[in-house]
Amino acid sequence: MGKFTKKRGKANPEVSTASLPDIIFMLLFFFMVVTVLRDSELKVANNVPTATELTKLEKKSLVNYLFVGKPLDKYQATYGTKPQLQLGDKFADIKEIPLFIEKHRSSVNEKEIPAIISSLKIDGDVTMGFITDIKTELRKSGQLKVNYSAKPRADN
Amino acid sequence: MPGKRERKAPEVNAGSMADIAFLLLIFFLVTTTIAVDKGVLVKLPPWSNEPPPEMKLNTRNVYSVLVNANNELLVRGEPKDIKNLREDTKTFIMNPRKLEDMAEKPTKAIISLKNDRGTKYKTYLEVYNELKAAYNELREEEAQKRHNKSYEFITRDQQKEIRNAIPLVISEAEPTNFGEEN
Repeated sequence: MGKFTKKRGKANPEVSTASLPDIIFMLLFFFMVVTVLRDSELKVANNVPTATELTKLEKKSLVNYLFVGKPLDKYQATYGTKPQLQLGDKFADIKEIPLFIEKHRSSVNEKEIPAIISSLKIDGDVTMGFITDIKTELRKSGQLKVNYSAKPRADN
Repeated sequence: MPGKRERKAPEVNAGSMADIAFLLLIFFLVTTTIAVDKGVLVKLPPWSNEPPPEMKLNTRNVYSVLVNANNELLVRGEPKDIKNLREDTKTFIMNPRKLEDMAEKPTKAIISLKNDRGTKYKTYLEVYNELKAAYNELREEEAQKRHNKSYEFITRDQQKEIRNAIPLVISEAEPTNFGEEN
């Protein structure tokens, strides 16, 4: 008994902070991994124009990206200098758009399908002919919500 | 006695580990710009294989905007500078002086946008942006007039009312094919 009480009195409980670095490291790794994974490598020149009437894209999971522009220098040998379409991280033909849209649709909740937005990231120097073809293809696959990606411009 | 001394192994102070990790965490938080995606939201018309039905439209209600392959603007048959497009579109829609050759009322106004396959996307988007801006400004003015508040801060129903009073109708025609594509 006596031995017991003696021990208790001596004990000086301290909260261990040794696991704190681990928790923070976990957060760190989480951020590092998440921020890297989402981006697809750009293979086309993509200098989007500026505009003022902008809408923010809220839900990333409901957005698919179509990049259009001249292939970057290192790809010009294989793909030429004409504007090309990039879906995901590959060059693609405009005929592949319906499949691309369908793939994205199957990955989201059925109720959310009408809310899907296609973000068109088009280089400012591309001519409208190619873009009209892409728009026609999008319309044919029933993807009508489109967002012309643009940078904010400070004027008026 | 010597056994006791051995038990007291020197401990590395791990207290500063947290600070180092914090520093790294903050560095990554600051440097990774989570790209906010912004753009001009557009609703495309549904696709149909049949040609659209011919509609009888009163020419006074149609505001035709043509952008050619040289990125020049032709509005209602006359060349125009893009700087004036927004203001002129607004006057056309609202027709404050009740002119004979402008929209009867905002609900009847139709903007017809046509471009060439050789038009640069930059120009196209700029024109589209101006047209959309005209509508947005008109809605903003209407909100100020009706509710004395900005369009952003009125209720959803009030916004809908104004949207119905000034509906955005931009009709895009098949592009012409004169210019050179890149």
